[in-house]
Amino acid sequence: MSGVVRHLYVHLPFCAHRCGYCDFVTVVGRQGEHGTYVEALLAELELERPLLSPEVQTVFVGGGTPTFTEPEELRRLLLALPAAAEVTVEANPETVTPEVASLLRDAGVNRVSLGAQTFDPDLLVVLERRAGPDDVRRAFYRLRDADFDNISLDLIYGIPGQSSSALDADIDEALALGPEHLSCYELEAKPGTRFAHRYGEELRRQEEALEDYFERVVGRLTHAGYRWYETANFCRLSGAAGGRDLRAHHNLAYWLGRDYLGVGIGAVSTVLGQRWRNTPRLPVYAASLARGHRPPRELEELSTDVLQRERVMLGLRLDEQLQVAGIGPVLDTDALERLERLELVARDGGGSEGESLTLTPRGRLLGGGVTAELLA
Amino acid sequence: MQLDRIRNFSIIAHIDHGKSTLADRILEVTDTVSGREMRAQVLDSMELERERGITIKAQAVRVLWKGHQLNLIDTPGHVDFTYEVSRSLQACEGAVLVVDAAQGVEAQTVANAYLAIENELELLPVVNKIDLPQADPDAAAAEIAELIGGDPAGVMRISAKTGQGIEAVLDAIVERIPAPDGDPAAPPRALIFDSSYDQYRGVVAFVRVVDGSFRNGEGLLAMAQGTRFEAEELGFFSPTMRAAQTLEAGEVGYAITGLKDVSRLRVGDTLTALENPAADALPGYKDVKPMVFAGLFPTDSDEYPDLRDALEKLKLNDGALIYEPETSQALGFGFRCGFLGLLHMEIVRERLEREFDLDLLVTAPNVAYQVITTTGEEIEVHNPAEMPAEIERVEEPYIRASIIVPKEYVGQVMELCNDRRGRFDHMEYLSEDRAVLIYELPLAEVVIDFYDQLKSRTRGYASFDYDVIGFREGNLVKLDVLIAGDSVDALSLIIHRDSAYGRGRALVDRLREEIPRQMFDVPIQAAIGSRIIARETIKAKRKDVLAKCYGGDITRKRKLLEQQKKGKKRMKQVGAVEVPQEAFLAVLNLNENGK
Repeated sequence: MSGVVRHLYVHLPFCAHRCGYCDFVTVVGRQGEHGTYVEALLAELELERPLLSPEVQTVFVGGGTPTFTEPEELRRLLLALPAAAEVTVEANPETVTPEVASLLRDAGVNRVSLGAQTFDPDLLVVLERRAGPDDVRRAFYRLRDADFDNISLDLIYGIPGQSSSALDADIDEALALGPEHLSCYELEAKPGTRFAHRYGEELRRQEEALEDYFERVVGRLTHAGYRWYETANFCRLSGAAGGRDLRAHHNLAYWLGRDYLGVGIGAVSTVLGQRWRNTPRLPVYAASLARGHRPPRELEELSTDVLQRERVMLGLRLDEQLQVAGIGPVLDTDALERLERLELVARDGGGSEGESLTLTPRGRLLGGGVTAELLA
Repeated sequence: MQLDRIRNFSIIAHIDHGKSTLADRILEVTDTVSGREMRAQVLDSMELERERGITIKAQAVRVLWKGHQLNLIDTPGHVDFTYEVSRSLQACEGAVLVVDAAQGVEAQTVANAYLAIENELELLPVVNKIDLPQADPDAAAAEIAELIGGDPAGVMRISAKTGQGIEAVLDAIVERIPAPDGDPAAPPRALIFDSSYDQYRGVVAFVRVVDGSFRNGEGLLAMAQGTRFEAEELGFFSPTMRAAQTLEAGEVGYAITGLKDVSRLRVGDTLTALENPAADALPGYKDVKPMVFAGLFPTDSDEYPDLRDALEKLKLNDGALIYEPETSQALGFGFRCGFLGLLHMEIVRERLEREFDLDLLVTAPNVAYQVITTTGEEIEVHNPAEMPAEIERVEEPYIRASIIVPKEYVGQVMELCNDRRGRFDHMEYLSEDRAVLIYELPLAEVVIDFYDQLKSRTRGYASFDYDVIGFREGNLVKLDVLIAGDSVDALSLIIHRDSAYGRGRALVDRLREEIPRQMFDVPIQAAIGSRIIARETIKAKRKDVLAKCYGGDITRKRKLLEQQKKGKKRMKQVGAVEVPQEAFLAVLNLNENGK
């Protein structure tokens, strides 16, 4: 009997250093424990394998810094993962040596998401990144040299001290490398991070200026021939990429409300109306799996209502049409009409698939507010 | 008790001069309560009174002193409650006038003393707090003598806190306050001077028996209203409720009526016995006219019926409160309420929120206006939104304000009064250091922020009291506020033409700060008729979306979205614009000169 889940997330929490703004589940150093952890990961994967479809479509290895993991352990893990059409690994520039690049390639990885963040040396320091601007470029070329033809760059904007011309310079640098995909995030000072403590006040002050930055990013990237397919994500148009659909298919699965399995500490899975999150504590996780047990998890039952609300929240982040069929009960029809009049939402009377919604470009910039209003 | 063994009296004082402490000490010295039972300020039974240190409702307590029955009738002490003080004083033959030895005579000392004199009461002047290091009893006594006539040496000196001089005060009450007159043999008559409501026992009337006597269980009649009921229990407070078989001429006590409908018994009415009814009622109270009005709206529209019930209950022992249903486009269903003054409004609001657990939005207060339309019709307007368009002239209430202030602050007070369209009448010196300023001011200029300004400009030294002296014509205009082109009724104001531009400007500025940016541009305008006098635009938000959303944090993002939705629900919808409730109070926060 085989499962239904076609999307697999694998969490590798190790980092050389924790950046000030980061609120992910990470573990600094502990090279000695990488082997134990990979062992536990594989054990969890084995326990959950019945959930996976024989045809897994995407695998995403995220972190932490997956490429900081001891190379032998990383290789062992990658080789044990199911084959898929899209296999992505996250990498930090300073960790991408020619050896790591070919290790990834040889182990079946076909997409790399490179955490560039910025090319400005001063801003890299503010973010507490270890890489310099040259490291970012060098890493990118090493991946190209290893024949990666699907590379994504992460950029962060709204860094304390970043002027709008500095943002333009970052976009220029990124475009010059010609990545297939770009993720551009506004810096968030998440509560509880060192960063929020240090820069929170400054970030609040520049909040209004930042509105401008988002528009600028969208404007410049679409002008350069990228498709703004999700709120913060851009990919080369398929026409210019030999017909390839260069969207991040793994992430697309989240936005389309598909089921996914996540393994590793802090990893989240959503399968058949249930969502669970693994313990974020490495020793507890490893010890449970060493005994053949599932790790402690927080379980959340997702009602139909909640699933429909999430469908709206996630679906409206995309440039695709959201089918109204199936989400009708959670929509506020008065609000919908109001938003349509304000030209924030466009409604399509529908062909064979029935009525559907999309946000207008301005509606997408205001996506959070629009969604909050649209939900009954 | 025989009439000549009864004394009915009140204690009157400026706020914080020690009225409640003196009352407590009297209860203690007369063994009405033991020291162990003694809570600070026993008479202030309402939680709110305790916190604010002021007394809202009159209550009567019976104590025994050297073979005499003394009935202490409590009075409220604040400027808004002149009417209630007067009501309590009608049930007495004398009053103890308390003045703080360190503060001297203050505005309410003067106002209350005059009220007592008007009611022909015997005044017993007392200087309190003589134990304070900064006390100057001689100066205070001289000020009192100056105020009410007589010899400073005749002013008693006490410390209610330490108990010094209390027995002398009790002796003086017996010796100097006249016994009540009345006819014990005549058909019974009693004045209802106050009432309250008990959920099990119905309306409880506080009465002063003038003639005859009332028996427990007998049939009673409220003469003006014609309401009949049985005296379920008669009694008095000492200080808790003590049942009694009879209430006799000259005595003060309560009657439990069992009436569940609070409107059937009115304060000021005369009670008599059904079997042996009196021919004529006692002179009642004149109806007070509220001068300050504000809209009260439940934050949650489902609470409207609860608000209505609560107002009905409050009205029972607060005869001065009036209310009528009001519908606002912006705020929904509520009530336009009339109050004696700002403090009264504040107390009603707090009692509604605390005792009835309601969450309220109170609009900026305004005064009553008398409007003569172009067709010659005369109407009274309690709500700026209802101001007719075709106006011949408008009259607004004026007050005569007396402000007592140390002489170094006279300049500041004059400046404030002049800014508020005040007309200087005269100034007197109470002593070498302190002056009384008499001004005539439009009440509208006083209801918003005047008292706070007065206090802050005089470092808290000024005291203030006023009487309404009538209506006068004013050059008044209605200022409307438009949000995204829609006039918002709850924000309309009636103001003097000269300050319209400045206020309009300030109001628009303040609203621009209070109203969050929306998903579209929102013009805010102030207008007189069709003429726009100020305008601001709240620029549309350009970004409102969370940067990241992946598989690991969908739940958290969903919860953030729910929070955002909840925030929206607390807003009031004006057309398509979400306006926070605080914005409706914007007019209260405009500072001096409308800037």
